[in-house]
Formats: sequence, structure tokens, C-alpha cells
Amino acid sequence: MSRIPADLKYAKSHEWVRPLPDGTVEIGITDHAQAALGDLVFIEVPEVGRALAAGEACAVVESVKAASDVYAPLAGTVVAANAALGAAPELVNQDCYGQGWMLRLQPASPEALAALLDAGAYGAQLAAAGG
Amino acid sequence: MDQTLERPIFEHSRPGRRAAAQSPPAAPAAAAAAREAIPDALRRRKAPLLPEVGELDAVRHFTRLSQLNFSIDTNFYPLGSCTMKYNPKACNQYAMLPEFLARHPRAPASQGQGFLECMFELQEMLKEVTGMAAVSLSPMAGAHGEFAGVAMIRAYHRARGDLARNEIIVPEAAHGTNPATATMCGCIVKEIPVDGEGDVDLAALERAVGPNTAGIMLTNPSTLGVFERKIRDVARIVHGAGGLLYYDGANLNAILGKVRPGDMGFDVIHMNLHKTFSTPHGGGGPGAGAVGVAARLEPFLPVPLVARGEGGFHWLAEAERPQSIGRLSAFMGNAGVLLRAYVYMRMLGREGMARVGEFATLNANYLQARLRAAGYELAYPTRRASHEFIVTLRKQARELDVTAMDVAKRLLDHGFHAPTTYFPLLVPECLLIEPTETENKDTLDAFVEAMTAILGEAQADAARLKGAPYTMPVRRLDDVRAAKQLELTWKPPQAATMAG
Amino acid sequence: MPFVPHTEEDVRAMLAAIGAPSIDALFDEIPPELRAKGLDGIPPGLSEMEVGRLMSGRARRDGLPLSFLGAGAYEHHIPSAVWAITTRGEFYSAYTPYQAEASQGTLQVIHEYQTMMASLTGMEVSNASLYDGGSAVAEAALMAVRAHRRSKSLRVIIPDTVNPDYRRVAVSTAGNQGLRFETVPYLRDSGTIDAAALGALAGEDIAALVIQQPNFFGQLEDVDALTDWAHAQGMLVIAAVNPTSLAVLKPPGEWGAKGADICVGEGQPLGVPLSSGGPYFGFMTTRMELVRSMPGRIVGRTVDLEGRAGYTLTLQAREQHIRRGKATSNICTNQGLLMTAATIYMTLLGPAGLEQVALASMARTSQLVAALTKLPGVQAAFAGPRFHEAVLRLDRPAAAVLRALEAEGILGGVDLAADHPGLGHALLVCATETKTDADIERYAGALGKALQAARAA
Repeated sequence: MSRIPADLKYAKSHEWVRPLPDGTVEIGITDHAQAALGDLVFIEVPEVGRALAAGEACAVVESVKAASDVYAPLAGTVVAANAALGAAPELVNQDCYGQGWMLRLQPASPEALAALLDAGAYGAQLAAAGG
Repeated sequence: MDQTLERPIFEHSRPGRRAAAQSPPAAPAAAAAAREAIPDALRRRKAPLLPEVGELDAVRHFTRLSQLNFSIDTNFYPLGSCTMKYNPKACNQYAMLPEFLARHPRAPASQGQGFLECMFELQEMLKEVTGMAAVSLSPMAGAHGEFAGVAMIRAYHRARGDLARNEIIVPEAAHGTNPATATMCGCIVKEIPVDGEGDVDLAALERAVGPNTAGIMLTNPSTLGVFERKIRDVARIVHGAGGLLYYDGANLNAILGKVRPGDMGFDVIHMNLHKTFSTPHGGGGPGAGAVGVAARLEPFLPVPLVARGEGGFHWLAEAERPQSIGRLSAFMGNAGVLLRAYVYMRMLGREGMARVGEFATLNANYLQARLRAAGYELAYPTRRASHEFIVTLRKQARELDVTAMDVAKRLLDHGFHAPTTYFPLLVPECLLIEPTETENKDTLDAFVEAMTAILGEAQADAARLKGAPYTMPVRRLDDVRAAKQLELTWKPPQAATMAG
Repeated sequence: MPFVPHTEEDVRAMLAAIGAPSIDALFDEIPPELRAKGLDGIPPGLSEMEVGRLMSGRARRDGLPLSFLGAGAYEHHIPSAVWAITTRGEFYSAYTPYQAEASQGTLQVIHEYQTMMASLTGMEVSNASLYDGGSAVAEAALMAVRAHRRSKSLRVIIPDTVNPDYRRVAVSTAGNQGLRFETVPYLRDSGTIDAAALGALAGEDIAALVIQQPNFFGQLEDVDALTDWAHAQGMLVIAAVNPTSLAVLKPPGEWGAKGADICVGEGQPLGVPLSSGGPYFGFMTTRMELVRSMPGRIVGRTVDLEGRAGYTLTLQAREQHIRRGKATSNICTNQGLLMTAATIYMTLLGPAGLEQVALASMARTSQLVAALTKLPGVQAAFAGPRFHEAVLRLDRPAAAVLRALEAEGILGGVDLAADHPGLGHALLVCATETKTDADIERYAGALGKALQAARAA
């Protein structure tokens, strides 16, 4: 049973989004995603300052059995990336909603957040897929 | 077999040790002059890290390493989709006759008529057995042949002025090389589903084709181990939309001598000579991925090709084949591998070739029947096995936490190489089993016994099963650590301790 | 029938277990119209004895001429132990080492090979080999384009001093992904890259420069200056090198201030027979920073459940069977058997032996050039240092001269007229450690005779 914190927003492609007080958003991959990938061995995060379109591949997560793209759930500019993941990719497995955050984005339009799935809708999507 | 591991060769090195017989005749003055002739700025300063050992040390080291391997020569190796059949020693011996080995690739055709005759006849035999109009021998591996095939499809459409066709359709069960190849050729991949019985979903295919369809890549029998029964409908739909059919020859062993890809409607195929035509797998190569085409793709074949003319056999290269997709190898591909395939085909001959598909299929169906009787779940229980079939451990995984990986590792303890695991991705916890035609009934029966014992062990002592293998040179390896703490070259151990 | 061991009794018992009346019934899912009618175009099978006679006859027809050919494939002595061990069934008939516990032999050989190649080329990491030198250059170009962060440039420079077949393979392989290969001429006196012409490309947005050392003509390039220039332009440097030469030449990892970024080449000189052009193997080495962009298999060292050291394929997530459409390449082989032979070869020779082969080859080529240029109508085309090949200029087309030599059982060199028409009547000759004083005298004598006869005609 994967964890889906109620206070976050979600994308269909298994990313979560946390709005921060300063107007930026924090992004990572969900518990379902990290469990499916297995032990992560390498994570590539985007450069600060990079502009991203909604749905654009912005990071790569690699485990022994799979390498996957992480997609930007909304458009914006990268304002921070989690440097700790370089030496410790396992943080994403251990604490995907906390210390396993991947990047922070200044959204191009704050309204885009509302279009994302809430916890219930994401959970329903997982259930429908048999996950 | 002594199971203790060999230390890395560098740990056998002692400064000044050499294999003295290998030094060319001493000409110290000439050698010194040669060294002097190298400009200072270009001269190497520090010797490379190569071993310094005597000849016996080297022979012993690599011989002992070889003894740590499973191989066809030592073990039953039912790897699905790999066709681990016996590699006849005669093929090696005659491919390595001194004159063949010594011939330089830039030697003129006039000094190579014997070799070229073998290559020409190989082209002809491959055409005949696949039902294609023309063959090129130059791609150096299956994936390389795939690349050539898709590149030819693109070239064909471009030559007709049809520039929009850049989509390649691939069934979701396809091997990973198929979409990777399509991308390498600048195409977009469109995946379509297969139905519950393992056939391509025709309705989905109808929806997927259109004016952008370059072609479809298929294996038949498919990666699910079953014959694509609707192949003629698939051909009709794709051809009707203006696309071409590409045949991935990985499973040709199932139908060799029984069905020809050309007769099924395929426009271009690649063959895996290291599977179907028994050239050695060599621990990961060299392969050879000859490609065959229908007449309309003939101008695009990769060069060089061998032709026969009044003056004997000669090469056709860029000048003679202006529409070719080009040269894929600096020379002509894996010539030595091609010679081995040639000898194999000459030894089988027409009757032997027809028997390959028959007995590969007999062996697979026999194993399928016996494993099912032993309690294993088949992925496609209503279908005939082709030359391979799939068993799924999903029930054991759910109820006993015993996975396909566990069964595979335990088979090693029984002296059998595991079947292919977790491919195709469509079937959960699967084993893809391909015995090939060169195995006798006793070997197959012994394999069934081992599999039966493992199933019993799954019930009685799953924990023990999950710790397998126990009798190999190493237990299960930490591949997470291998990917996180990259140790990709030998480093001298730290002072005093042998790093583990 | 060969290799199928079944008796009639076996077949009966097996069909009974399956519940099928005949082998033919096992094919009942295949539409009858698709069934092959018979393979009349294939001759009847031969016994091993018969095929042996056939092959021996054909080999004899080809014979063993005295060869001075190079141009990307080189004749070196291969120690007997190399193929005696490489053709052991445990290496020869093993599969790719996906089940690591059953493949420690192959995996350890690969790890040792990776170590030797990394060191030989002066780089940090090696893959387990690629198809051949030409395709390795193509893969390096693709890798450089991926790694070129500054822009998405698809332009790669392959100077005219690089083996022309490497350019052809690069175009065929990488052209479909949009890569554009540009060229730069060479200087007529030295046969090396025209640095001024290269300099004219300063400021252009180009992903990489390929530098072949020694170059196709056998001449030595000023690799430090070229490497520093390319880096100053923001280009990656791809070094295409001869592995034997690395015993005596500065390796690519030490070129210029920062070293080359990717190093590739043809591994055939390391214990692989000429065999009409294959199978060979390509090698690729690079910096650790670029390892995840590198195509091909890689072996890493790790530990097992009991802490024992062992080897396994790693970084597979980049490869085709996992990444599928986003793989770094579609390659799913290495040239395992050839790489094994090369590892044994490098072990038997060691650093001292490889250096001897390199120097002896250079010395023999010097000797050959001296002997041949004594003949009227034969000149060295280029001045300047070279490795073990040289371009000679003749006073008449090389093709007829080569035919006359061939009639004497000598393959005198590679005619450069087709690929380098601007060089005049040019011939690329090579002499390795395998040539003796007598061989060189024989060549000089035959060439002298052939030229005299042509003059008289």
C-alpha cells in the first residue's frame, strides 16, 4: 500500500508537488514510483536556472533494473536542485516526500497547480491500474 | 571443478617477468632509433598497466577463469530467445584455416576467390532459406542488422519522396532493441498491445497505421513463444497503409525449413547467425546480423555485397550501389563468423535445415508438456510452443514469495544454466525456455526433474530456495552496490589489507 | 542428421507425452499456405570430412602471399596460447554474462580487459568493447553530441587524415540521427591536419573533433595543440588510436592540458587475426564523468552475500533492454571472444613486449621505406615522424604495379587513388615485426623489376 500524503498534489506520471510559502513548488517522485524502481543508484537533477515546459523530462532516476525520466508536472524555472542525491540516491527510497525532494520550481503560472491531481484522484489512478 | 576464485591477473605480476618467447627478434639498434624518431612531446613516459607474468602464469590464469563459466560445451543452457545450440567444432576449425585467418581485408578479390566463393554461397543459401530476394552479410550483430533494416525502410520511403513516414510500430512484447533501433534511425516508436492469446491486437493495429507509418517490426514466432497466427492480416493492414514489414529473426530457429519470412509477407529481415546458424556466442559476441530484403529494397542494402561475374567473385561497394544505406563496418563485417555459418549450413544441407525447426519445436513442446504436468503454470496454455515457451511463477510469487529469479538461481545449483528471466516484460515472473534441437531427451528429462525438485522446495523450504545459488563460485551479488560504488577497473589493494 | 541426437524411440515417447500424433502436428497453428515447399536451392548436406576437403581446397586457392598491407588492420604475431585458450568451450560457447554467478570467468576477463584498456589509453574507464573501430568512432560521435552541454550541436569534424571508411561508417550510422560530419584538409608536405584550415572554424558551434593518431597515412599529429585548440572552442576531443602504438606514444588521456574526452579505436592488432576484415573489436574509454553516456556493456566489481568479491554487469539501465527507446544506443553485444583474445595477448606481451612489437614495427617500416625509395620512381610522400605505415609516391599509377607484385606473391600496399586522388600515384605501405630482412629485400627486388618492366613497355 503506497503512501500518498493528503497535503500534496500529484501528476499522472508519479511526481508529487508541494507548494512552498515563498510561491515556489517542490517536486519529487511518489512512494509508488520509488518502490517500482527499486534501490536507486543514480539520480540526475536539472541545472538551476533551466526553464521547463509542463511535461518536459527534467531529471533521470536510475535503479539496477530501470532508468526513468522524471517529468515537470508544470511549467517553470528551476530555482534549486537537491545536491544531496548525488552521493545518496537512497534518500529517495527512504524518504521520497521529505529528504528525497528533487527540485524546486518557480511556476510559470500558479493556476497550473490546480489542474494537478489531489491525493484521492492519484490514489484512484493507482488502484485502477492495479498498483 | 575447482571453485575457488582467481585473483586478478595484476596481482600475479612481478616486475620484470615476461613471456620471453613472444619477443620479436632483437634488433636493439633499430628499436632505439625508432624510439628516438618519436618527438619528445609525443613519447609515452609511463608504462601502461599491463600484467608482467610468465607464459605459464598467463595460461593457468585464463584457463582457470574459463572453468568458472557455464557454457554450452559444459551445461544445458535453455536461454529463451538466444538459441544456445551446439557450436560444431568443425565450423571453428575450417573458419580458422591459416589462409582464411591470414587474409588481409584490403587484399584484392583476385587473392580471395576461395573466401569470396564461400561468402557468395552463404548469401545464396540465406536467400533460399528465408525466401528473400537479396542478402547483405555485413551487419555485425542482430541489433546492427535491425539498424540496417529500419534504415533501409526509411531510405525506401525517402527515395519515393514520402518524407512523412517516420513512425515504427512495435508490439509491446518486443525486445528492447526494437524501439532503441527505431530511435537510432530517427523514427518515433508506436507501441501496440497483444491480446490474451499472444497475437497482435488487429484492431489496435488498424488504429495505429496511417500516412506516417514507415513500418512495423515483428518477430514470428513472437517473443511470447507463439506463432503470430494473424500475420497475413498484419501484412495486409500495414502494406495497405503504405508501410513495410520488418522481421526480427531472433526466433528463426523455430521455423527454419518450415516457413519462410519472405512468404509471410516480410519486406526486410535480419538473421542472427549466432543463434540460428550456430556461430559461437563467445561470452557476448561476435555475432553476425545478415539482412535479407524483398526486391523493392534491394538497392538500399548495406555494402559491401559479393557478386559473381565472368572474372569470378567480386565486391559491390558504394560505387556500384549508389542507393545503399552505406557501409556499416570498416571492412565487410564479421568474416570469420560468416565462414562458420557457411560451414554449418553446408553440413546441415537441405534435409538438415528442415529438421532444425522440427526438432527445436519438438523439444520445446515436450518440455512444455512435462513442466505443466509437474505443476508449472504456462503463460499461454492453449497454444503450441514454438521453439520456446513461457512459464510464469506469479502464483508462487504471490503465495510463497518465490520468484522467477529464485528458480533461476537454484537451477544453477542443479548444473543447468537458467532460462531467460523477466523477458518478455508482459508476463510477470516469467521464465522463457528454449531447449534447441541439439539436446537429447535425457537432458530434457533431467531438467524437468530439477525443476520439479525446485517446485517442491518452494513449498517445503522457500527460505532455502531464496538463498540460492549455494554451489557456484559466488553467491548472489550485490548489484546495487555495483552500480552505486563503481569499481570498473582494478586498483592496487590498500597497503597491508586485501580489500574485499 | 547432424547435431540432432533423437532416435525414433525418443520421438515416439516425446510425442506421447505431448499428446500429438506427429511432429508435423506441432506446426498446426501455422496456416498451411505459409508452409515452405522444400529448400531445393540448398545443396544436400556434407559430412565433416567432405566439408573439410571443400574448405581446404578453397583456402589453398587463396594461399598465403607476403603482405605489406595496413590501412586499419595489421599483421602481428599472435602467440599460440591466445587462441588455444580463447577457443576453449567455456569461453567460446558461453553466453553474455547475465547470470553472473555462472559467468565469473567471462566477467573477470572483461574487468581485466577494462583495466588494461583504460590504462593503455590513459583514461579512467573502459567499456567491454564495441563492434569495430569504425562503429566505435560513430558511437563516440553520438556520445560526444549527447555530452556536449553547451548547445545541442550536431556537427562533428572528421579531418581528411582519418581513415575514410571510419567516416563512411559514421555517416551511415549516425546520419539518421541528424549528425553532420564535416571535414578539414591535410598539409601536403607533412600529411597531417592543416591547423590553419582547422583554425578557420574557431567560434563555430561544433560538438567534437576526431583526431586519429597515428593518422590514416601513418603520420604523427601534433595532438597537444589540436586538443587544446578544440577544448578552447568548447568541443569534445575524440581520439581514434592504434592500440599497439600506445606502448610508445603519449596516450589520449594525456593529450593537451586536459586530455581527450573519449578514446576509441580498432582493437584488431591485439591478438586478433586479419580474417578478411572480421570479427574484430572496437574499444572505447573515457573519463568517469562521462561513464553514464558510454554505450556498450560494462563490468563492475562488487561483493556477494558472503562478502566475497565478484563481478557483474553494471549500469545496465542505460542499455537497450531496459531503456528501450531512450537507450544510449541499440547495441546489445560486445565482441566478447575477441576481447578475450586481446586480454590474453596483452597479458602475454606485457608492457615490455608490446613496446617491442611497436618499436620493431616502426623499425621495419623505416627499413622498408629506405629500401623502396632507393628505387627510381619511388618517393616518400610525407616528411615528419610516423608510426608503422608510410605513403609512397610512384611515378606511375599504383594499380598496375600492385598487380605485377601480386603475380610475384606480394601484396605491396593499399592504392590510395580512389580515396585520395589529390596525392597522385600514392601507395600506403606497412611493415610490422613480422617482416624479415629477406622479405623486404624480396619486395624491393620485385618492385624494382616491375617498375623497370613498366618503363620499358
